[in-house]
Amino acid sequence: MKLGATWWFGIVAVVLLVLLPPIASFTQQEFYIGVATRVLAYAIAVSSLNLVLGHGGMLSLAQGSLLGAGAYTTAILTVEATKDVTFLPGATSAWITWPAAMLVGALLGLAIASISLRTRAIFFLMITLAFNQMLYYLFFSMKVYGGDDGLGMAARSDLLPGLALENDTVFFYVALALFAIFTFVQHRLVHSRFGRVLEGIRINEPRMQALGFDTYRYKLVCFAIGGAGSGLAGALLVNKNLFVSPGLLDWLQSGTLLVMTILGGVGQLWGGLLGAAAYLVIEELLSAYTQRWQIGLGVALIAVTLYAPRGLGALFVPRRP
Amino acid sequence: MSPVLATTSLRKRFGGITATDDVSLDVAAHEVHALIGPNGAGKSTLIGQLAGTLRPDGGTILCNGLDVTHMPAHKRVAHGLARSYQITSTFRGLTVLDNLVLAVQATAGSSFRFWRPASAEASLYDRAREVAALVDLSAREDVLVDHLSHGEERQLEVGLALASRPRVLLLDEPMAGMGKEESARMLHLIERLRSSTTVLLVEHDMAAVFRLADRITVLVYGRVIASGKPDEIRRDREVREAYLGAAAS
Repeated sequence: MKLGATWWFGIVAVVLLVLLPPIASFTQQEFYIGVATRVLAYAIAVSSLNLVLGHGGMLSLAQGSLLGAGAYTTAILTVEATKDVTFLPGATSAWITWPAAMLVGALLGLAIASISLRTRAIFFLMITLAFNQMLYYLFFSMKVYGGDDGLGMAARSDLLPGLALENDTVFFYVALALFAIFTFVQHRLVHSRFGRVLEGIRINEPRMQALGFDTYRYKLVCFAIGGAGSGLAGALLVNKNLFVSPGLLDWLQSGTLLVMTILGGVGQLWGGLLGAAAYLVIEELLSAYTQRWQIGLGVALIAVTLYAPRGLGALFVPRRP
Repeated sequence: MSPVLATTSLRKRFGGITATDDVSLDVAAHEVHALIGPNGAGKSTLIGQLAGTLRPDGGTILCNGLDVTHMPAHKRVAHGLARSYQITSTFRGLTVLDNLVLAVQATAGSSFRFWRPASAEASLYDRAREVAALVDLSAREDVLVDHLSHGEERQLEVGLALASRPRVLLLDEPMAGMGKEESARMLHLIERLRSSTTVLLVEHDMAAVFRLADRITVLVYGRVIASGKPDEIRRDREVREAYLGAAAS
């Protein structure tokens, strides 16, 4: 079988990422291992949004809250595990807290979508925004879990004995493995029957209904899968920072995820990684010089829209004949 | 023989306009039943209600003896009712074959399958190729629909509706905007469908209608003014006055 450009890009990207920690250690720039971990967590979140937007055709502003809810789920379970008296059984194992974050993301996604999908276009955008803000204020007002001060975790989740996530390099490789798995799942999903149906709905939903597809249900499931991905990204982020605040659920966060998706390429398999990397690297590099680093981001966004309207991810994929 | 598609006293109003006014219609199995009438007679409104995209205000629709009046459009397909559109509605950016595969997928088992590539399902592609052959598009399977001629796209439009092996096919002006040669091809296509399905045909091309139809129903201002065999319709004075005019004499 001949590997296409998409595969080659993925192989090269993963190899470079695998080599990143040793290179960073050698050049004494370990700081960048943390940056790269953040990029990978956001890459999963952006890929999730890309599934919803690029394949499902749903422009959602609720993705930030799903990411935040995933982060809070992990943090809350971890904090509860250290308390003597709790009404929630806590857990510190990543095998419980991370899937829990995905489950919460999926269920919230399902709930939000089940109502939002009764509307269309700009109304859909607005109602997902409303749900995002509702969740924001929910966590904002939960005094038990820090309210607007946010919630800290004493330590990262336990994954496997002998595999200490406290070590930034180990944690980076775990994030890389999860990202790789997520991308593979995304690839399979997009080419499955389900993915084909999503594509059909994005192109021409009324015709899909006329063909006999209950399009509502497919979009609902798509949104829930995107929610699970966002929840996982949230679990990784809170583990990296050992802290989560309602700021992570701010609707600006949903906007940031959208900007990342557009930078990386709507509907592009590697759009999540490229979009998250472009955004965060620009932020990282420019914010060292100026607080107004978003000017640089604006320039990048304009350049991408003008010269690579299908996003950075599309630069590596030949256009269909 | 009991009709495969029947409406009784179907009514639909848009504000002050009665688009469907007490329409009772019987379509028998394996007939080509034409629905004709001047512009604004409510033909497309009727098709919309039969297909399930428009909600009737009153009356019932029976499909194969089952009351489908309030059934959503996508469920009617499973009961053997499929439609084509007056304005071509295909999947841009996909090939002819991929368009048809999507259509086949709709009634070939669950599509809540997330892992196996659809391209590995030979049965989907076999059926899609069968449909492509049926609508004379075998040679154009790998062409993007964006590059099809108008006539070819109309053939695909019918093909999409045929993929589910409907027992009743609603064809909304399949020959709209076609040249002579393209119309002739479409006419042969509908002729071939007669053996496998029942067709309710909305069409403005009177020559085609009178050649194809076993029975014709004439709709004017939302009302059925006549229904019968082509000869009867041609002789019907009310129809000639209201619609056919001198062209039919």
